[in-house]
Amino acid sequence: MSQNVCFHCGEIALEGNRWCLEIDGEEHIMCCPACKAVAETIIGSGLKDYYRHRTALPEISPQQKRSARNEVRDELKLYDEVAIQQPFVIRTTNAQQQVEAEAILVISGISCAACAWLIEHRLGQLKHVVSAKLNLTTHRLLLTWRDGDIKLSQILEEIHQLGYQAHPFSATEAEQQRVQESKTAFRRLAVAGFATMQVMMLAVPLYVGALQGILAQYEIFLRAASMLFATVVVLYSARPFFSAALRDIRTRHLTMDVPVSIAILMAYFASVWSTVNQGPEIYFDSVCMFTFFLLTGRFFEMRARHRMTQAGNNLLDLMPSAATKSCPEGDIVIPTSDIQVGDLLVIKPGQKIPADGIVESGTSAVDEAALTGEYLPIDKAQGDTLIGGTHNVESQLLMRVTATGADAELNTIMRLMDRAQHEKPAIAIFADKVASRFVAAVLIIASGIAITWSFIDPSQAFWITLAVLVVTCPCALSLATPTALTAATASLREQGFLISKGHVLEGLNQIDRIVFDKTGTLTRGELSLEQSLPAAENIDLTPKQALKIAATLEQYSNHPIARAFNSIVYFDTDNIEQVTAKGVQGRLINIDGHEDTVYRIGRADFAFPAVTLQPPIHDDRQWLLLADETQPLYWFALSDTLRQGAIPMVKQLKDWGIKVSILTGDPSSQVEAVATTLNIDDVHKGLSPAQKLEFASRWQQQGERLMMVGDGINDVPTLARADIAVAIGQASDLTKTNADAVITNNSLTTILHALSKGKKSTRIIRQNIYWALLYNVLALPLAATGFIPPWAAAIGMSVSSLIVVGNALRLLSPNKQT
Amino acid sequence: MDIIYILIPLSILLIAIAVTVLFWAIKSGQFDDMDSPSHRILFDDDNDNDVPK
Repeated sequence: MSQNVCFHCGEIALEGNRWCLEIDGEEHIMCCPACKAVAETIIGSGLKDYYRHRTALPEISPQQKRSARNEVRDELKLYDEVAIQQPFVIRTTNAQQQVEAEAILVISGISCAACAWLIEHRLGQLKHVVSAKLNLTTHRLLLTWRDGDIKLSQILEEIHQLGYQAHPFSATEAEQQRVQESKTAFRRLAVAGFATMQVMMLAVPLYVGALQGILAQYEIFLRAASMLFATVVVLYSARPFFSAALRDIRTRHLTMDVPVSIAILMAYFASVWSTVNQGPEIYFDSVCMFTFFLLTGRFFEMRARHRMTQAGNNLLDLMPSAATKSCPEGDIVIPTSDIQVGDLLVIKPGQKIPADGIVESGTSAVDEAALTGEYLPIDKAQGDTLIGGTHNVESQLLMRVTATGADAELNTIMRLMDRAQHEKPAIAIFADKVASRFVAAVLIIASGIAITWSFIDPSQAFWITLAVLVVTCPCALSLATPTALTAATASLREQGFLISKGHVLEGLNQIDRIVFDKTGTLTRGELSLEQSLPAAENIDLTPKQALKIAATLEQYSNHPIARAFNSIVYFDTDNIEQVTAKGVQGRLINIDGHEDTVYRIGRADFAFPAVTLQPPIHDDRQWLLLADETQPLYWFALSDTLRQGAIPMVKQLKDWGIKVSILTGDPSSQVEAVATTLNIDDVHKGLSPAQKLEFASRWQQQGERLMMVGDGINDVPTLARADIAVAIGQASDLTKTNADAVITNNSLTTILHALSKGKKSTRIIRQNIYWALLYNVLALPLAATGFIPPWAAAIGMSVSSLIVVGNALRLLSPNKQT
Repeated sequence: MDIIYILIPLSILLIAIAVTVLFWAIKSGQFDDMDSPSHRILFDDDNDNDVPK
């Protein structure tokens, strides 16, 4: 590892060994006091093995979380209120009559298994913490502590000290359903697996017996034992296929579940008849194995679907769980569920706004990016409206609540989303289309054969009909799609495209237009420093020094602008003051020979009010001026930069003949700047969520297949409506749960990988299905004329299935070229 | 060969027990987390540096 890299977070340590920590007699460099504090906590707790075990650097660098310890403590204290704990803490009394509390927390910032080790051990060291278990898949911490002896806020603070963030988690109904579904699926799979093994074992003597002769009494006994296992499989494991098939028949939309059910039931009942009447053949082994294979495929599909939604807390995460209500007798903390229209609420900087309302007093900037797509916070003063779920960034506000719950803006968007979801067009799935025709054809042919044979030789009719059904058993056909989809999904997951709904892969092939949101999707959604220019001649500050001064001042600001200066080191300061909506001023002591000076940074009329100054270049970027008391010093240009891979992606999409559009809530002229850089002509800006949805449905009515890529809450209705919805990895949980797929590596070129993988998998699915049909067309006449003995039918079936699976596995290889 | 009249019912019984145990394990949440335990065992403290409670 290089010398000047932070030992804790891996960022470049710009100040050399200013922050150092001795571990095991060795000096280690830290990049900032925050990292040092975290490292000290870890070492001080005797958990230095964390550094030995870890395989990834911390996800959240402590430097990015600027809030001071006291501030955090105040915020966490809220969680000690009984009213706030009520939805997520369960209290029980243990054997020693002590009250134990249990809660699930979602931990953010976990990058590798060592993080889990660190958190579990640190919390385990605390007195009165009974147990702490972290699930690495879901990032959830199951915490039990003796309430009364230790406070929840103390535990939360301890987690914060280690450089992670904890939020309470309360399982939603959907979540509980998911857990139940997953457990049931696993049980069904396990039963099918066990039974398959047993029936196979019993099948060996039966097959050998068929060749060499077997006493009738043993044969009957072995068949009866097989029947027992197969009955359990049919009655328990295969039930999902039957209920899906019944639903299909009721809705007159045949899918693969219908032939699967028919095959299972026919083979089962024929075998039962055969067992009772000592008929020639039983198929219990096929029944069990077939069910087991199909369940395995569906099990993995379900796991992939669940994984995506697991980490989330949905809407709860967006809404703060507590609010401060201002009463004549003083401020009280109440849970958000108790907020009523007309209440006066105090919103501190950094807090989320818990309900819709209007500003009663105070001025501040509010970050509405998630709801409107505007990337800069909006200044709010008395009488301005506030939307629930947005973020107060600068200073304290007093608000009067105008709407809560169902009437709130956020819930309006949710309702819009619900409606859009119902109108979502279904992607025609090729296999299902083939399946319905195939089922109809097989049933007609089979009944034709049965009738024909009942005239020729009634004693043979049943067995030949059965052979036809078994030979044409849609094994290969049913495996064709799931295996290909599973392989392609796994391969795309490696490349950062996480698919959660089955129709996505086939749908990717049919996309006519891709619609992008701007802020946070095409761009990073955060400001970064692009340019710095001197504001006057003969300034005795180097650009580097000016930047350092700017960073020093901005570290005291909560405004998103301040984050652009994050990676820059700062000086010791004094008297820092933040002036809302304008900037920051402060006195800097003794820097590089300059005596104490007061500096200001912010809007030009704030930083240097003496003269009216214009930015040196007129463009859409955000210009900040740094000035001291005597003269303006430097201009800094900030802008929301394009996301990685945006330009090559748009170019490639156009080469492929896919139309590209931008729908954004941002009304600023930055939209055109982005569109020009990316060479996108179809741009619509300043749109509300409803208007976005309007555009999307208009395109769909013109017969276009839409893919929507977005990240904000304002994109959710459109995402719900689009044929394929893709969310960016940093999107809110609500957005992610509504998306059909998530880009996890934050690179837009991933969309290209996905599109080409989609094409390839559609091709392979077709090959598989054609192969299965060809096999059936060849086998059917042979079976119908009674030429195929059952063992040959079984071999043919297996070989055909293996070919299909082998073909699908080709999808596992990564894309050679986009 | 008559031994199969005992052995096969016996194997059915064993399978029934195995399935019951598995159902119990699923119900008690042992399969809920398939990732953490495999990592946890690697970190088992091989040197005694934990600060005692």
